Amino acid sequence: MKKILSKESEITLKLLSKDKLALFSLAIILFFIILAVFAPYIAPYPEEGEGKPAPERRFLPPSIEHPFGTDYLGRDILSRIIFGARISLSVGIFVVVCAISVGTPIGLIAGYYGGKVDELLMRATDVFLSFPSLLFAIALVASLGPGLFNAMLSLAITWWPWYARLARAQAVSIKEQPFILASKAIGVNDIRIVFKHILPNSLTPIIVQGTMDMSSAILSEAGLSFIGLGAQAPSPEWGLMVSTGRIYLLNYWWFPVFPGLAIFLVALAFNLFGDCLRDILDPKTRKSRGETF
Amino acid sequence: MASFKSYLVKRIILALIVLYFVVTITFILSHVVPSDPAELYVGPKATKEQRERAVIELGLDKPLYIQYLNYIFGLFKGDLGVSLRAHTPVLHDILAYLPATLEIVIIANIIALFVGILFGTFSALKKDHLEDHLIRFVSVGGVSIPSFWFALLMQLIFFGVLGILPLDGRVSTETQLFNPIKVITGFYTLDALLNLNFPAFIDCLRHLILPAFVLATYPIGLVTRMVRSMMVEVLNENYIRFAKANGFKENLIYYKYALRNALTPALMALGLSFAYSITGAFLVEVIFSWPGLGTYTVNAILENDYPSILGVTIVGTTFYVGVNLLLDIFQAYIDPRVRLK
Repeated sequence: MKKILSKESEITLKLLSKDKLALFSLAIILFFIILAVFAPYIAPYPEEGEGKPAPERRFLPPSIEHPFGTDYLGRDILSRIIFGARISLSVGIFVVVCAISVGTPIGLIAGYYGGKVDELLMRATDVFLSFPSLLFAIALVASLGPGLFNAMLSLAITWWPWYARLARAQAVSIKEQPFILASKAIGVNDIRIVFKHILPNSLTPIIVQGTMDMSSAILSEAGLSFIGLGAQAPSPEWGLMVSTGRIYLLNYWWFPVFPGLAIFLVALAFNLFGDCLRDILDPKTRKSRGETF
Repeated sequence: MASFKSYLVKRIILALIVLYFVVTITFILSHVVPSDPAELYVGPKATKEQRERAVIELGLDKPLYIQYLNYIFGLFKGDLGVSLRAHTPVLHDILAYLPATLEIVIIANIIALFVGILFGTFSALKKDHLEDHLIRFVSVGGVSIPSFWFALLMQLIFFGVLGILPLDGRVSTETQLFNPIKVITGFYTLDALLNLNFPAFIDCLRHLILPAFVLATYPIGLVTRMVRSMMVEVLNENYIRFAKANGFKENLIYYKYALRNALTPALMALGLSFAYSITGAFLVEVIFSWPGLGTYTVNAILENDYPSILGVTIVGTTFYVGVNLLLDIFQAYIDPRVRLK
């Protein structure tokens, strides 16, 4: 089994390195990760990035000293965007990881056991899937109180059912395979089969979905912050920056435009990368590219 | 047809469970989570007597399960509670704001359906060519662009730079003063037409263009991707090859025989995009000062008026569940395979 898997991932990597769009989007993702990790060293005005005002130079247009201009408190917008990358990326990772770690076990158990367990868990999942997630998140945050953490939590709560459904489909198709039947026959216990044997083999579509969801999570959180439910001032969160900058649009366009551009780029990169990954991993589309196993 | 009936029953029961679940959650969020709803209701300056009266008025003195039953029975009578700030019935407010939202949501989804089918079909026919890559980029871009930011860009370009479209609002002050629209349905464009007030109709349309277009970007991306992948699949089917081999006209094959089979998923994508549009409209409305549910909700958020927010949640979810139920039933009706799942 191990050998086949490694050969599969080898082909995947090879195809990935040939796909220019995938490499391009991966480069953007890495670029933003580097910005986030080394923000204090990369940002030209790290203190302003974290919120310190500089009232003597408000609303400066883009220039060499301030490539993206300055905001209503005179802070360098580039520095704030660089610090904002930390927030957006960690929100994305938090929401997706939470959703995966709640949804996957539920889906795997439902798919593996089948019958009544399956029926019960999947009906519950259907219920969660049947209402608009952002609306639900808004209601949750509005009651829990606005704030970045509550926003992240609400998004994670509305997101897990997608993974449950995905993991269930994987478990159903894998559980009939000979190596699982063999494990059962020699008396390996169910929990071990589910998490040691089925889980590793069902990760691929979950990872693809996770990559695309990074984009949705970042967009949703920016939206929540934009309407005042997420990060609060003076946080350099991108959606919040667009929100505060919006009334200055017609006079100082750079203030709302650049933070929004950052959201767009990150969301686009994750979506494109996920899209390419899915194309490569899906045997149907792979065949059409003239490559076979 | 027996299987269709049982599918119908199953699907309706699921919808009812979802609604019950949402109602229960909104009850918990409104009656259990807040530490003191009565305090919020009367405001910080109220006297003790006013507060006690509010407790009785809101039924907060009764045990929790009685409150819960009252809440549920109230919902059946259309009672979504009372706004904490304005002290008006929430349902009344929501119904006043709803038509504006529905207007842009419906127009946006119509745009998305047409553009999406066009792009998706074209992309599939030109598979792996430059056109296909371009459209793929556009459709992925459409689902990646933050709508509130895109709305600002459109305002900057079409109002700030070009000056050809209004900045925001639903109708201009001039029209309101000199050519007022008599409200019949709440859909201004439709009302203007029914009034035979054509200058006002043009004015409403000009205000509608940007919000509807911005709201359509996400569904355009969704529908395009869905139609493209279905079209690619259908074009490889034997019956299409057979038609080609028989020398049928290409356009006839593509647009009549292939597209028809690729359209069911486009319909499903539309169900998804309706869900997105309801909440997506919130952000777009705020930017365009569009007097719809989004503007209403955001104001409620700013004032911490949670009965209004939860009222919107209930109405929005009901709408969403209803649309999806209808789409599922329609799909099951035209495609027998769905019922067997």
